[in-house]
Amino acid sequence: MHELSIAISMIDQILEESETRGGLDVEVVHLKLGTFSGVDKDALLFSYELACEGTRLKGSRLEIESIPLIIYCGACQKNRTPPSMYQLSCPECGTPGQTIVSGREIEVASLEVAA
Amino acid sequence: MSTRMVEVRAKVMKQNDLLARALRERFRGEGTCVVGLVSSPGSGKTAFLEKLLSGLARDARVAALVGDLATENDAARLQRATPNVRQITTGTICHLDAQMVEKALESWRLDRIDFLFIENVGNLVCPSSYDLGEELRFVLLSATEGEDKPLKYPTIFNSSDVAIITKMDLADAAEFDLPAARRNIESVRPGMKVFEVSAKTGQGMPAVFDFLHAQLASSRQIRVAAAL
Ligand SMILES: Nc1nc2c(ncn2[C@@H]2O[C@H](COP(=O)(O)OP(=O)(O)OP(=O)(O)O)[C@@H](O)[C@H]2O)c(=O)[nH]1
Ligand SMILES: [Mg+2]
Ligand SMILES: [Zn+2]
Repeated sequence: MHELSIAISMIDQILEESETRGGLDVEVVHLKLGTFSGVDKDALLFSYELACEGTRLKGSRLEIESIPLIIYCGACQKNRTPPSMYQLSCPECGTPGQTIVSGREIEVASLEVAA
Repeated sequence: MSTRMVEVRAKVMKQNDLLARALRERFRGEGTCVVGLVSSPGSGKTAFLEKLLSGLARDARVAALVGDLATENDAARLQRATPNVRQITTGTICHLDAQMVEKALESWRLDRIDFLFIENVGNLVCPSSYDLGEELRFVLLSATEGEDKPLKYPTIFNSSDVAIITKMDLADAAEFDLPAARRNIESVRPGMKVFEVSAKTGQGMPAVFDFLHAQLASSRQIRVAAAL
């Protein structure tokens, strides 16, 4: 399970961010998580809580927005949602999709902090 | 109590990605072709690597880093093919990251290494999030583990460049459905190059040697062109 490693990197980053802004009281962390990132949402939620222990983020909540997998179809010259994660092809014309446009991200989008 | 929003937009893997990018530049600069190997536990990474190292060592300088949770057995096996082998013991961590690779490379003269292989911890999930700076990532799938592995682990197959079907000597006994395996690989990673090999019989290995030599030659050509 690498979600714990990812939660720790994430917390380090948020703490750094907080420091550069003079110390934030973070209540909610908004994370964008691609469905094709290889990171499990529930495992990450669990790991986050665990990894917050003993840090300034203890008691904060993690909110995860799932970002769907989108590929680029060279034939249609359009972004497309493939039929599934197991079939990376264009749902319209069937052309295999080799370029991933989104769905891999693991990104802290914003923080809700006490005003 | 009122709250306010602070925009952050920070990539969580940024630190690893930056380090991996620096490693990749260093490998290119030194002319070393670096290949990462990932698979489930026991798919045959070390056996394949033993064959690769001894086969390539005939006319190239080879080295390997091998990640393992606890033991140093794999490194000991690989040392039969080349003395340039280092173990990365990860303890409880189920994957290698760029920092572990950088640390393990300490004091190695990369300019004297043509091919460097990095065997990841046996795991089809976690390594997909960690770029190690490798030029190519090989994902291995053994003929004994079922042809639906690519569908179960699309992320790692998609993030790899080449698929190696191993243990082909056991394919018949395991009733391995090769066309289905190839179809599944193509479905999760269209256009992916696939090799079928056996580390036991050596079947299919020459094609991999040729592929790697061609890869090395072309990356060095790009390097020379860039220097002109
Ligand atoms: N018959 C046959 N057995 C193989 C082949 N390749 C590997 N094996 C056997 O499969 C077992 C596991 O192989 P390893 O090379 O240790 O696999 P690995 O992927 O390095 O394993 P971990 O590092 O533990 O994840 C060993 O018993 C090997 O002898 C092959 O091509 N044919
Ligand atoms: Mg091994
Ligand atoms: Zn299309």
